Amino acid sequence: MSQTVPIPHGLPTERDASPFDPPREITRLREARPVSPLVFPDGHEGWLVTGYDAVRQLMADTRFSSRQDIGIVHALDNIPGMPAATEPSPQIPGLFIAMDPPDHTRLRRKLTGAFTVRRMRQLEEHIIDIVERQLDEMARLTPPVDLVKEFALPVPSLVICELLGVPYADRATFQDNSAKFLVKNPDLDEKMAAYGAMTTYLAELVMSKHAAPGEDILSDLARDDDLSIEELTGVAFLLLLAGHETTANMLALGTFALLEHPEQLAELRADPDLLPDAVEELLRYLSIADIFYRYATEDIELGGETIGKGSTVVVSLLAANHDPKRFDHPDTLDLHRKARGHLSFGHGIHTCLGQQLARIEMRAGFEGLLRRFPTLQLAIPADEVKLKTDMNIYGVHELPVSWTEAAR
Amino acid sequence: MRISADRERCIGSGMCALVAPDLFDQDENDGRVRLLAPKLHSGLSAAREAVDACPAMALEIDESRD
Ligand code: SF4
Repeated sequence: MSQTVPIPHGLPTERDASPFDPPREITRLREARPVSPLVFPDGHEGWLVTGYDAVRQLMADTRFSSRQDIGIVHALDNIPGMPAATEPSPQIPGLFIAMDPPDHTRLRRKLTGAFTVRRMRQLEEHIIDIVERQLDEMARLTPPVDLVKEFALPVPSLVICELLGVPYADRATFQDNSAKFLVKNPDLDEKMAAYGAMTTYLAELVMSKHAAPGEDILSDLARDDDLSIEELTGVAFLLLLAGHETTANMLALGTFALLEHPEQLAELRADPDLLPDAVEELLRYLSIADIFYRYATEDIELGGETIGKGSTVVVSLLAANHDPKRFDHPDTLDLHRKARGHLSFGHGIHTCLGQQLARIEMRAGFEGLLRRFPTLQLAIPADEVKLKTDMNIYGVHELPVSWTEAAR
Repeated sequence: MRISADRERCIGSGMCALVAPDLFDQDENDGRVRLLAPKLHSGLSAAREAVDACPAMALEIDESRD
């Protein structure tokens, strides 16, 4: 049946199989042609990579550049009022996810020491405290409550604020603006305004760290003369955005997925030792950060196809993580599966910097939530849960939940 | 058997220290891999898992050396 699937025009995004599985067209494409041509909304003929092996290979190969300033990286989103790009975008200081070595290496190495496995383990008790306090507050409310607002968003926001030295009192600023920034087809003015507000806020913050450093990551970075204020602002933007939006979506969408799989949930409640594997499986199954862009700096062979120099190449981590060639029955949530090897944190030099922090937050978060709320349930029909198909990071906009009793 | 780590490739992901904490640690300052036991007497399967898990392909097992 190979090569019989038509070349897609634009990226299929409708979750027509289930809220958790890839769009059907993506699944068909992965079977027929895991490295496939893709016509972009502006007419560019680029590529879409959906097969596990090909995605892994691509992400390990820096000839697939992460830079936006070598050539035009064509967008999949239609931003109203935004003309199709005719020039590459300039590099933004500090945004090392859009850099290649050696620039990427220089910035990333300044941060990795703060996110080691050992450092994150030292934080574990403290993260558990934060989770428990948030659950105390939630338990005082009268259900139904929105789990996103009362739990999933506050926990990682509190943690990253403390780590970076961002006042939690300012959360409204960065939570709202981050959310606006992640809208797929935003109003251009609104997006620029959100970005402007974030960078203005963060530039002031990092200057205050310069003047009076404290005990936090941004202060440590501010002590480094090798980093400019602009770079520091860019780094702060990345860490703050990635530090709260991702884990928040995992906690909320993960809870939704567990509630929709009651037998799995019961097994997890019965055996907390299952938690580390369960977290890896939820990471794989949900793949909330799905779509990533690369730019082919030369002609490159991948999965039997030749990707031409100058092509925009898009990978779907969700598709790769649901590839039956790598994971048996990939569309089944199986908490007993050894899902390590999933690509949810990426692969290659841009692999998620905060992954060890995210693991600890998720273990603490799910463990606490399930223990304290043994009767947790959805407060609305599952098909009325608003999914974030309109956002660049997947999840749920709200998750109304209720319970009959909360444990101490 | 020996493990070798290419510290230039390493991006400090910590996967090795996560899956094989007896064999790998990370530098306090820049998070890069530190080999705790380059000479591999036991724990071969953990070492293989780490090689596999390393996103930067910075780890290798050399079976010909001891
Ligand atoms: S897994 Fe690889 S990249 Fe990560 S710390 Fe170990 S050697 Fe470095």
